[in-house]
Amino acid sequence: MLGEGILKGMAETAKNFFLSFVSAERLTTVQYPEQRIAPFEAARVFPFLVYDGADWEAGLRCVACQICEKECPPKCIFIEKSTDKKPDFVGKPQFYPARFDIDISVCMSCQICVEVCPFEAIKMDTEFELSTDDRFEGLLLDRKQLAKSNEYYHQIHPTEASVVDAQLAAEKVKADARAKAAAGAAAAKTAAIAGEGA
Amino acid sequence: MSIVFYLLAALTVAGGLAAVLLKNTVHCALALTVAFAGLALLFLNLDAQFAGFAQILVYIGAVAILVVFAILLTRGSETPKDGVFSRSWLAGLAIAAAVFAVLGWALLQSARVLPHETAVPTVTVQQIGVALVGRYVLPLEIVGMLLTAALIGAVIVAMHEKVEHEKEGSK
Amino acid sequence: MIENLDQIFVLLQHWLVSFLPASWQPAAGVLLSVAAIVCLFPALFALTTVFERKGLARIQNRLGPNRVGPFGFFQPIADGIKSLTKEDIVPSSADAAVHFLAPVLLVVTVFMGFAVLPMGRNMVLVDLDAGLLFYFAMGASTELAVFMAGWSSRNKYSLLGAMRAVAQMISYEVPLLMSSVAVVMITGSLSLTKIVEAQNHYTWGFPHWYIFTPWGFAGFLMYAIATTAETNRSPFDLPEGESELVAGYHTEYSGFKFALFFLGEYVAMFSISGLGTTLFLGGWSAPFSFLTWVPSWIWFFSKLMLSIFVFIWMRGTLPRLRQDQLMNFAWKFVLPMCLVNLLVTGLWRFMGDGWLRWALCSAILMITYAGMGLAEMRRQRLGPRSYRYAE
Repeated sequence: MLGEGILKGMAETAKNFFLSFVSAERLTTVQYPEQRIAPFEAARVFPFLVYDGADWEAGLRCVACQICEKECPPKCIFIEKSTDKKPDFVGKPQFYPARFDIDISVCMSCQICVEVCPFEAIKMDTEFELSTDDRFEGLLLDRKQLAKSNEYYHQIHPTEASVVDAQLAAEKVKADARAKAAAGAAAAKTAAIAGEGA
Repeated sequence: MSIVFYLLAALTVAGGLAAVLLKNTVHCALALTVAFAGLALLFLNLDAQFAGFAQILVYIGAVAILVVFAILLTRGSETPKDGVFSRSWLAGLAIAAAVFAVLGWALLQSARVLPHETAVPTVTVQQIGVALVGRYVLPLEIVGMLLTAALIGAVIVAMHEKVEHEKEGSK
Repeated sequence: MIENLDQIFVLLQHWLVSFLPASWQPAAGVLLSVAAIVCLFPALFALTTVFERKGLARIQNRLGPNRVGPFGFFQPIADGIKSLTKEDIVPSSADAAVHFLAPVLLVVTVFMGFAVLPMGRNMVLVDLDAGLLFYFAMGASTELAVFMAGWSSRNKYSLLGAMRAVAQMISYEVPLLMSSVAVVMITGSLSLTKIVEAQNHYTWGFPHWYIFTPWGFAGFLMYAIATTAETNRSPFDLPEGESELVAGYHTEYSGFKFALFFLGEYVAMFSISGLGTTLFLGGWSAPFSFLTWVPSWIWFFSKLMLSIFVFIWMRGTLPRLRQDQLMNFAWKFVLPMCLVNLLVTGLWRFMGDGWLRWALCSAILMITYAGMGLAEMRRQRLGPRSYRYAE
């Protein structure tokens, strides 16, 4: 029939109109900011620094190797190495960042800093409600604002965090074994020298 | 001769004057439209409803648009460099004065010849319709054929260009 | 009591005017009615913008504006404040006088159309013998305003939009007028009040509206199509298509002048729907004889709002027509159908009352419709879509 397409279309839109009042799965509007959708696991917005334990300064994983600063495409990371060292999670003394600034007005969320970090220290956050009325200082996040705990990391990216934890635990086991072997060898060596001396 | 007549006459004359005196051609066309509107209002003032509304519908709704399109599609839309008045303005003035004199004499003569109407004749649309298909059917049909010829001519002119374009394209 | 409710606005007008001396009363009465029209229809326009946005939103499975006021119904106030406080930018090379006058002319001619619409029993502003002709004369002047707007902006896109708009409006004037002529043929008068009164009769409870006759139904459909094209409404809104020509002929207008164009378009929609209601849907007469106790103006405005809702529905359903498709449709389909409709109306008028004229008229109309439609479709080689993918 001629004009049939128009009538079918009008029936479809009328159906849409009336059903949008009654059926919830048709009207998928989420009325932000009163309602929010839960972010899904692979969401990423801006980076943050992970720290283990309770003290954010002592447990900060970042060793200021500056690889992320060099790899960042828009150069939004600014790192100043410290002069002294502190022990990391396996006990080895490492440098730490005295200053770690990310300018989130420049950051393009490419995740390259996360991909190149050898120490699993920088990861992507999912928080996006960072609007501020201070255009310069307000969007320059410093070390303290960037440091978030490992528990928070588990909250936002559970699978990733578990994988990272398993990796770090394995490394720790290997490091411990190496340390024990080295200690055993050293003890054997001192025993041998002592035995020879005696 | 009421105040309304004088106002409407002033409007029409002003529109006509503006149509010849303005520099921008499209402004002239729009001023001509004002003159048409004044004329329509004069018809309405004389209780000729059909004539007045037909004047608006045909002249302002179609002829004015036609005039403006014609101006835009030719080079008339550019402001003339040499000014709007022609060089032989004296001859033009003489001819205009002669035409005005003849028209004025004819109107005044007719006012003397026709009997004085005491009541305003009401011409309804039905009477106009009956007259058109009764007494004046031949002029009506001739005008219809003239319009058809104009339409067909326009289509042929446009189509000719298309055929020429196609011929050139295939070469 | 019911009579009083029906005539409440007329009685109110008489009462208000009785305070003035007798020589001023007719003029004052007319001025009062004019003021009422000028206040009512922009208010209706404001309401319609909200209905349109929420209606389109619901059709598209989303909520419309719902922040300003209860369910977003104060949104037009926010829109109005925005339009009024925006800077009025006039391009430096634009023709200032014409640029200013174009929206003024549009709004004036559009509001003039309301002077002849009968909005209720005894509720016409001016009862002209040639009322329909007056209405179409005002509609024709609208095209000039559109052209003035496009040309005065000195902008190629505006001019292109204006040319397209004028071409579209002129093309669809003809079907508009011809479908109304069918009504005039049957009624025998150009006066809109007589047309409504001719439809105000009932047979077995059903009204004698012209839409319930074969020629009236076809005429109404063509009138609806022509109306949608005249007011530049989807699916014929190429001249003002937001994705095509920025904003077409009103690109260079900002602030209040743009609001005037918008107002002009919607009020034109109201007035032309009002005319369609008067011509085909019986104006202020009730749909069934047992409903005549409801005031006449309520019926008129309900039919008007129903037409507006159908406009909104069409906007949400149909994609935009291209300019050449639009013109083809007007000249090759709607105009021949209008001519056949005139023939059928003539047949209806001069055949006796009975089932034969119903059958004959409906048959002629349906055969013409099917024949021309199929011919057009075959010419355009319409069929199920086939896709070609890159291999």
